[in-house]
Amino acid sequence: MKRFYLGVDLGSTTSKAIIINEKDEIVGRGITNTRANYRVAVEIAKLEAIFNARFYLLKKQLEDEIKQHPEFKKYIDDIESLFQYLQFKKRSDIFHAALLETANQSFNNGLKDKVIQHVENIFTKINPMLKLEFVDGDLANSNQFFRDIISEKYNEEIAKLDKELFEPMMLVYDKSITPVENEMVDFNFKDLLTNSVELLKEKYKDRSNKHTGEISGHFDAELNILTGNYENVSDSLKKHIDFIADFEFNIANMVGTGYGRALLPFPADSIKSEILCHAFGAHAIFPFTRTVLDIGGQDTKAIQVDSYGLVTSFNMNDRCAAGCGRYLGYIADEFSISLNELGPEALEATKEVTICSTCTVFAGAEVRELLNVGEERSNILAGLHKSIVMRAMSLIARSGGVKNEFTFTGGVARNQAVIKYVSQMVKDNYGKDIKINIHTDSIFMGALGGAMFARRASLKKN
Amino acid sequence: MSENVEKERSMILQKEMIGNLFKELGNVKQTGKKVVYTFVPGNLSELIRSFDMLPVYPEINALQSGMRKKSDAYIREAEKWGHSEDVCTYVKCDIGMMLKGNIGPTGEKVPDPDLLLLSYTGCFTFLKWFENLEKLYPGVPVALIHTPYQENGIITAEMTEYMVKQLKNDVIPKMEQVSGQKFDPEKLKTILQHSADTEDLIVKIFDTTKNVPSPIDAYFAGVYYIGPINIGFRGTPEATEYYKELYSEILERVRLGLGPVTPEGEMEEERYRLVVEGPPNWTSFREFWKLFYDMGAVIVASSYTRVGGVYKNGFRHDPDRLLESLSEYCMGCYTNMNLPQRVEMLAKEIKDYKADGFLVNSIKSCNSFSAGQLLIMRTLEDRMGIPVGFIESDLVDPRYFSYSNIKNRLESFFQMLEQRKLINV
Repeated sequence: MKRFYLGVDLGSTTSKAIIINEKDEIVGRGITNTRANYRVAVEIAKLEAIFNARFYLLKKQLEDEIKQHPEFKKYIDDIESLFQYLQFKKRSDIFHAALLETANQSFNNGLKDKVIQHVENIFTKINPMLKLEFVDGDLANSNQFFRDIISEKYNEEIAKLDKELFEPMMLVYDKSITPVENEMVDFNFKDLLTNSVELLKEKYKDRSNKHTGEISGHFDAELNILTGNYENVSDSLKKHIDFIADFEFNIANMVGTGYGRALLPFPADSIKSEILCHAFGAHAIFPFTRTVLDIGGQDTKAIQVDSYGLVTSFNMNDRCAAGCGRYLGYIADEFSISLNELGPEALEATKEVTICSTCTVFAGAEVRELLNVGEERSNILAGLHKSIVMRAMSLIARSGGVKNEFTFTGGVARNQAVIKYVSQMVKDNYGKDIKINIHTDSIFMGALGGAMFARRASLKKN
Repeated sequence: MSENVEKERSMILQKEMIGNLFKELGNVKQTGKKVVYTFVPGNLSELIRSFDMLPVYPEINALQSGMRKKSDAYIREAEKWGHSEDVCTYVKCDIGMMLKGNIGPTGEKVPDPDLLLLSYTGCFTFLKWFENLEKLYPGVPVALIHTPYQENGIITAEMTEYMVKQLKNDVIPKMEQVSGQKFDPEKLKTILQHSADTEDLIVKIFDTTKNVPSPIDAYFAGVYYIGPINIGFRGTPEATEYYKELYSEILERVRLGLGPVTPEGEMEEERYRLVVEGPPNWTSFREFWKLFYDMGAVIVASSYTRVGGVYKNGFRHDPDRLLESLSEYCMGCYTNMNLPQRVEMLAKEIKDYKADGFLVNSIKSCNSFSAGQLLIMRTLEDRMGIPVGFIESDLVDPRYFSYSNIKNRLESFFQMLEQRKLINV
């Protein structure tokens, strides 16, 4: 039986899970926002990673066929998106019910009826929109969590209401979202898969019945490879899909890491420090790594590793938020933009405004003052990004500097503006020849390291 | 069983010594004994004793207040008085204690000083501390010695001569004036002989950590072991007696192959041997110690237990060179050594005591210790190839001891050591 290994990284902002096979290859990834109930966050990330691994196995099994039949890949990708949608929908329905329940309990008759009516109106409107974005759009691959997606849509709708209703609608939202997020929802892979196949059948049947002109808004050459051809593809893949649905997924061992690791329901010897896990994961992807910088939500770490990926020394900032990912989250709130928009906008800057505040909270006041005196938002953002990197550079210096190669990991390594300044400053300070590695999986490095430790511990035991 | 009785004897002795000192301090009005406020690094306790005066160490009171969870209120009192958040917390704790009635760790009032003696000026904060004491106790004479820093890593004859001159021209006359006694070289000679004997024993005691398992923890228990010499007992027969007793107890542990005694019980398995640089945190001392105990980590040497004197390098108080050896003692204190000397000393300890790791506990408000710690750590890492770690806390301000952050870093540090051990096997 094939053996798989799980690594879970319970971070302050996101919880990540990685599954590897017996060759240390990543086969599944799962990520969700960390919430008050750590177990739920971990279970969600873990489940997502297992589901993701099943799809990986499917694609792997069909590797050669996929090369010859691009429609196969499209079919599997579509199934995966619908699969995400069905999970989303189930949680959204629970949330919908929770809103109604909260409204029932929180208000008296007149207001209660109004709120309930508006909740119903909102879901009548957003349900089809969300379905469309999952089924025909790319929402499933947008890196957004349930809370982000639902709150964006809900807030958009209630923003249109007058103040008298806005407050109670906000109140029911606030009271309902946390319990829903902290509740575990049961999913069955096989059921979800069957339903996805059904839903996909509907989608393509619908498309075949329409003229392409009518749906030109969704015109897509890739999409068309399946239209009309759908039944054939579905038949060819059926046995493979059935196989992964029935595949017994054997997680032979797991290791938990991250700032909340002590709270994980793992035995003590399966809990590892995130310093070791990040370094090990980064080193696995880039074997020549000697210095790792990890900027996470609540701490920043500079780590030196040897040729085996083992830590030789490290330095952490766990004192001040101004050097961590949360700083960016706070700034995004100050500007009322999403975290994902920060980096791209900072890259549009024509100059970097100097931010003097060494404190996250006070930087907020400074930012407002700068806006008042007419500074461009992008220039301020560039300055803020630069300041976070300058703090990280000081940490790197304290940990022993940068040795070739340098790998940048953590959630913040997804931010293009941070990457720009990290690259600039590393090269300015430690030489142009330093090779800088950043991987698309950078946020998963801790979980990857954990999974690799799990595999090694399991080998040792056996 | 016999071991338990023996173990307790040194503890009882120490408790008696300290109790008696504070009792004596409480009775100065009746006995007429004079009181000298001074500091541990570079202290002249032998000289004080030769004039039959009693020493009070404000930083010892501060750390005692920290351990007894009283420092928080004292610090806030000092901050109310105008001291900033960044000022050394020993200072603030001490000043807060004075402002709140100067009740010492045993519950008795600590008498006011008759002399303020600053015999080590390498810590700039000490100077400022004394300026504050001078204001709190107006009219009390101040004796202050400028202590040359060992910039080139040596104590030259000129440096010693400069110090002796200050002792002769300033310190001794003031002590004569305050105590009403003439300086008695013969008396000092006898005291210094006791000091030298005590120092020999201390070196032997801290050298027992070369055994595996180490019979003692040279940091957490070490701070208790240096207690008597750091509160003014150096040069007394009681101190020699105490250290003789302690040494024989430790030798017995070595003979039985036992590890250190800790508040959590005897350490069963020694997993890591560490050298630690920097003072401990006092407000959460027991929890701090337990973090190491839980991981099976034993401290085999620490720079902090050398603040009251660096004897491993051969220094002894010398009855034949009275003022010269007192001068050299002042200049030889740990924080008066230059960074290469400190590195040298720590490197030797890492080697002699077969340490697996080197850890710095950086103290937010202590400049004397913190300056250069990263450099020391990097140099040792490069030179010795030893895993190093860095944690941050404070002396007696509980606001700066973050248990979870320290635990998090220590866990990473110990897991790093574990990995290294596997590789080296």
